[in-house]
Amino acid sequence: MLELMVLIPFSGAVLCLFLPGQLRRWPGLLSAGSVLMISVLLARDIYLHGAIRRHLGGWVEPLGIGLHIDGLSVFFILMTGLVGFLVSLYSFSQFSFGRSRDQAAHFWPLWLLLWGALNTLFFVSDIFNSYVVLELISISAAALAALSGSRASLVAALRYFLVAMAGSMAFLLGIGFIYAQAGTLDMFLISAAEPGDPLMAAALGLMTVGLIMKTALFPFHFWLPPAHGEAPAPVSAVLSALVIKGSFYLLLRLWFSAFAGNIINPPVAAVMGGLGFAAVIWGSYQAIIQDRLKLIIAYSSIGQIGYLFILFPLMFVSADPAWQTEAWTACTYQTISHGLAKAALFLAAGNLIQASGTDNIRSMRNIAGRLPMTTFTLGLAGVSLMGLPPSGGFVAKWMLLQSILASGQWWLAAAPVLGGLLTAAYIFKILAHTFISDENSVCCLPVSYLMEKSALLLAIFSILIGFRAEEVIFMLENRMSFEIIGGSP
Amino acid sequence: MDLGFWLPILVLSSSLITGLIIFFLKEESTGLRTVLNLLAAAFKVVAVHYMAFRLLVLDKAHEVSFSMGLGFDFVLRVDFLSLMFVSLSSNLWLVTTLYAVGYLEGSPNRSRFFGFFSLCVTASTGIALAGNLITFFIFYEFLTLVTYPLVVHRETRTALEAGRTYLWYTILGGSFLFVGVVWLQVIAGPLDFIDTGILEGLGSEHHRTLSIIFLLLIVGLGVKAALVPLHGWLPVAMVAPAPVSALLHAVAVVKAGAFGIVRVVFDVFGRDFAGFLGLLAPLAGAAALTIIFGSVRALYQTDLKKRLAYSTVSQVSYITIGAAVIAPFSTVGAIVHLVHQGVMKITLFFCAGNIAETLGLHKIRDIKGVARRMPVTAGLFTIAAFGMIGVPPLAGFISKWYLGIGGLDAGKDWILAVLVLSSILNSAYFLPVIHAMWFEHPDKEWKTLRPSRFEAPWTLLLPPLITAAAALLAGILAGWEWSPLGVAKQIAQGMGVYP
Repeated sequence: MLELMVLIPFSGAVLCLFLPGQLRRWPGLLSAGSVLMISVLLARDIYLHGAIRRHLGGWVEPLGIGLHIDGLSVFFILMTGLVGFLVSLYSFSQFSFGRSRDQAAHFWPLWLLLWGALNTLFFVSDIFNSYVVLELISISAAALAALSGSRASLVAALRYFLVAMAGSMAFLLGIGFIYAQAGTLDMFLISAAEPGDPLMAAALGLMTVGLIMKTALFPFHFWLPPAHGEAPAPVSAVLSALVIKGSFYLLLRLWFSAFAGNIINPPVAAVMGGLGFAAVIWGSYQAIIQDRLKLIIAYSSIGQIGYLFILFPLMFVSADPAWQTEAWTACTYQTISHGLAKAALFLAAGNLIQASGTDNIRSMRNIAGRLPMTTFTLGLAGVSLMGLPPSGGFVAKWMLLQSILASGQWWLAAAPVLGGLLTAAYIFKILAHTFISDENSVCCLPVSYLMEKSALLLAIFSILIGFRAEEVIFMLENRMSFEIIGGSP
Repeated sequence: MDLGFWLPILVLSSSLITGLIIFFLKEESTGLRTVLNLLAAAFKVVAVHYMAFRLLVLDKAHEVSFSMGLGFDFVLRVDFLSLMFVSLSSNLWLVTTLYAVGYLEGSPNRSRFFGFFSLCVTASTGIALAGNLITFFIFYEFLTLVTYPLVVHRETRTALEAGRTYLWYTILGGSFLFVGVVWLQVIAGPLDFIDTGILEGLGSEHHRTLSIIFLLLIVGLGVKAALVPLHGWLPVAMVAPAPVSALLHAVAVVKAGAFGIVRVVFDVFGRDFAGFLGLLAPLAGAAALTIIFGSVRALYQTDLKKRLAYSTVSQVSYITIGAAVIAPFSTVGAIVHLVHQGVMKITLFFCAGNIAETLGLHKIRDIKGVARRMPVTAGLFTIAAFGMIGVPPLAGFISKWYLGIGGLDAGKDWILAVLVLSSILNSAYFLPVIHAMWFEHPDKEWKTLRPSRFEAPWTLLLPPLITAAAALLAGILAGWEWSPLGVAKQIAQGMGVYP
């Protein structure tokens, strides 16, 4: 099954190349559906039988390519599957309108390539292969960001591409260090290496910087708003919900699997937590002062990414493993619920923009009355982002605050609280504008049923995952292929 | 079928499912929507009372519990206090639905209105049935979200402004509550509501932290309960349609805050333990300040609904002051006032809505002589206002009597002084209105906005008639075992604070 998760999207992408533009959406949708189905089956398998380790072609490390899939990767794969499928459904309909037909021809192969690469990233256990896949992700993502073809989007995509490349270089350098020192690139073997080596520490540092750049943690976030804001709606959704999570996933793996118990550095973790905190405040503040809908949502991603990095100091200060698990779960929850809610927001924004013909929320009128379903989607996704109950975002924030308070790092508690308030400010800024009615304005262009429904479904899922935390905790506690070790200072 | 499990779920989902269905109904299908609304409301009343019967007579427990992992349990549990509150909210939902159907006849966006209206009742039902502080918090925040669309329902500039004010206050308050609840859970584990409180056993090294947490919780709850200076949103939210104001002031938002304070003081901290920590005296002080401040501000209002709003600020704090005094009668007074204030205030809002809807009058100076044209409405308004002032044998008198005696018992004579002063102020802002209605002459001709057979459409007359009768009966039959007072006494006995 693991192989199919990669083979299907890649062969779908290749198939697309042989088809004329308008037909490309069919293999696209077909691949999307089957990948989602396999993801669910895979998740069920891991839940029942535990983590899987495999070697491609029967060669064992350090020669062969190691694959593994455990509780953590399952959630990333499931999120990618769900978001990916619904975004595909949306694109299936959106790219069939007039001008955007040409975009469709490029969208489908690139998107399937990206999806296959993301899936691969979530189960290779070899760092060099991670690097290769990461490159593939960056290239296809940058190409997608340029899809709308406008001058602004080209500039943004090029800037994104350069930053991603710089990040890759740092990552590759780190890999060189590791190979020179440890003679292996397999995560399992690295985790068994001698602790406390300065060269290994330098390697981890380089790779961390590279990944942080790709994840758009403050202050490396500057490339994100234009790149995500200028792309077509489904592309923005994929970039915000999935692509930045890919590099974050690798960061988690490196810190808490490969290098766990090896080079533990609480001050560095505290700095990452501090940057996360700053990201929450700065990203949310920037989102509040924007007037363009997609920029608000893009800046919101920077703030929401910030929460994820608060995990790092928590893992190294909390002595009690129960609270570590909670911090870890909070982080996974935040990743997933942000992925779902953000994709829903971007798709809903796409609907609003298509209906009103403008990206400026001040000139949007009569939205709540004409597009009630899209307004509802905005509201639901907003609830999850704000962390209000009942929603996935609420569970995430609850656990985050709980583990912060239990670890005694009071100053960090301001992040979820202030972040929630600032998020409420920009979400209600959007919502309040949709309620303004204006008799004179001409509204609206039609939005297809499929586009409204797929956005709504994503928002509903972001709420629903708030009801089943127990399985997530179970998977993260008992279905891991590595011990999660925070280590004590 | 295990009714102990399914009844609470049924009670909760009867309005939840209705709300969700109504969202998808077409705007034009008025008849279907009305039937659905009334059926669901009536069903809920029946289910709630069957649940009451099972608990009180058959002595069966009702509990629903889902583990959400790591001490994060979703619990619905039915005790006497929740029964009292859920019975209040289900009955008042039924009458308010009837009222809203009449009130909103022919206005736009009714599907959205009734959808959120049902969700609002779901939230207050959840607040009533919540078995621990976490579940309570979930519904408390849910309530904030689903009342916002009701407040901005008219979509005017003022409505949107009011909605924004409302959100800022409640979301800020929610953050305080959030931190308080999470922190308390880290220290004390699962926060189940137990009649005697759950924190007494904690070591003395936690006492300082517990005081800070108490403050966080009270600030969070005080926003909705409109404790001064956290009350600012309430008068502004008056732009909402009359049935919304009625519901907000009687069972939903304001009462959720007051109910939360009762829960925190009695069932989380424990009244005696909170007193031991020295937390109750400041709370009583804040409540007293609110009672006087609200009444004084009410005097200055020229808009009838605004005057009623400030009156709510004042009246709801009776509950808080009763909870904050360590005396059996005060506890009973606080609990019974949860119900009494609800039925009286909802009557007042219904009547104010009637006058505004049929004659287009909003200002107090315009309602001179209204009793000639609308004698029933004016009569019901008078009954409810007398109740608020505390004239025997109306419901308000019972509350004030118990609260006053409780204050004396606890050796806090100043409470009696506050109550007397408040009653004088109540008279000062209600009596001129009543006088104007009955004894003064109208300045100009009224134009009838909604002609009907009676003085107003029957859907607008019947609800206040029922609630005014309830306010009257709650006072006259106070000695009966199952009157609000009787139930309040039993609740206090259950808590071990009433002999």
